Amino acid sequence: MFLKLTPASGQPLYLQLMQQIRHAAETGALKDGDQLPGIRTLAEELVVSPNTVAKAYSELEHDGFLELRHGSGAYLCLKRRTRSLADQVHVARRRIRDLIERLRDDGLLDEEIRRVFEAELLYAAEIVRKR
Amino acid sequence: MNENVIVTQALSKSYRSTEAVRGLNLSVRRNRITAFLGRNGAGKSTTIKMLLGMIRPSAGSGTVLGKQITDAGENCELRKRVAYVAEDKPLYGYMTVEQTVRFVGSFYSDWRADIAKKLLQDYELPLRREVKLLSKGMRTKLALLLAFARRPDLLILDEPSEGLDPVGIEHLLQTLVAHSAEGVSIFFSSHQIAEVERVADQVCILDRGCLLVDASLDHLRQFYRRIDLVFSSLPPEREFRISGVERIQTRGRQMCIFASSNADAVIEHAREWNAVSVEVAPLGLREIFLETVKEN
Repeated sequence: MFLKLTPASGQPLYLQLMQQIRHAAETGALKDGDQLPGIRTLAEELVVSPNTVAKAYSELEHDGFLELRHGSGAYLCLKRRTRSLADQVHVARRRIRDLIERLRDDGLLDEEIRRVFEAELLYAAEIVRKR
Repeated sequence: MNENVIVTQALSKSYRSTEAVRGLNLSVRRNRITAFLGRNGAGKSTTIKMLLGMIRPSAGSGTVLGKQITDAGENCELRKRVAYVAEDKPLYGYMTVEQTVRFVGSFYSDWRADIAKKLLQDYELPLRREVKLLSKGMRTKLALLLAFARRPDLLILDEPSEGLDPVGIEHLLQTLVAHSAEGVSIFFSSHQIAEVERVADQVCILDRGCLLVDASLDHLRQFYRRIDLVFSSLPPEREFRISGVERIQTRGRQMCIFASSNADAVIEHAREWNAVSVEVAPLGLREIFLETVKEN
């Protein structure tokens, strides 16, 4: 599994890490029962604070996504839910592709489309946080 | 165990008419990597030297690992458990690298010869070369080695990456992470925002002797926003001076808002004033730093 964190994005690194591990599971790059690197190993590899990795792992464990076994590491546990999520992502991709095609037909440039997406996503995130 | 490794109360230092540090209330948490940012002359090194008992505060007090910094006896205790790399990396010029490592190692009961040996190899330091003939980067590496080869409770580093090339910086950061994973608390000052942004848990920004920001990077990433607004007719600026809004700039019918929190309220507000365009963007640590210092 290859992970890549973006420090300058508006999202805490532990959340980025959680999403990428989830994504790796959804795409099949990681399978049920796979072992993830230890906190220290992954922190050194990504050159981030060990607290960042520890927080991501403990949140994933809390969500039932990861099983932390004392002394022996972190193991992925994928339930059916994540598989159906993979299907949903597949459908979402197709929808977004169609939408982007339509926006291009309307004459919007890719850069403009990206900005609109990002602005809407961020706006939604702010509102959700408020609730 | 105490949650904080460093605590100061109204810590101040004046040199004649200059106030280098003004009423600093700092708390640095255990088992965290805390970055201490500020412009040149902001008071970072003065603060660090006060924490280590190297200069005496003009007012205020502080503890490091629970020991009073101004009490000579307690200060001696704390310095056994703190490893420190000074800004100017003072070393004996006439000693060779090898002699320096042996000499310094003999002072500490927590010295780890295995780590010293490994770092000597990793850093590719020439054992037989006299310290005065080392390049700036090599001096820095040697000074770091001397601190990393101990097993302190707290590492205090003043500009640890100074003079290092990108490979050296990467290596330094990895060593910091490894120490943190072993439970060492780390407090370091730096001008390298990009590196801070990766490894730090907590960020303190000092300017003109005052602490302006003390927050986790998670918090900064989540709440600091730049909001660009366009209106068909510009509303008065004061309408947007709500809590969390740090700065407003207007140009023509455009408004640019720098917010440390409450971005959602600003957006709602903008919609009420019929903004034609609303764009929200996260702020990187560099922008946060520049905006914060500019504001001051």
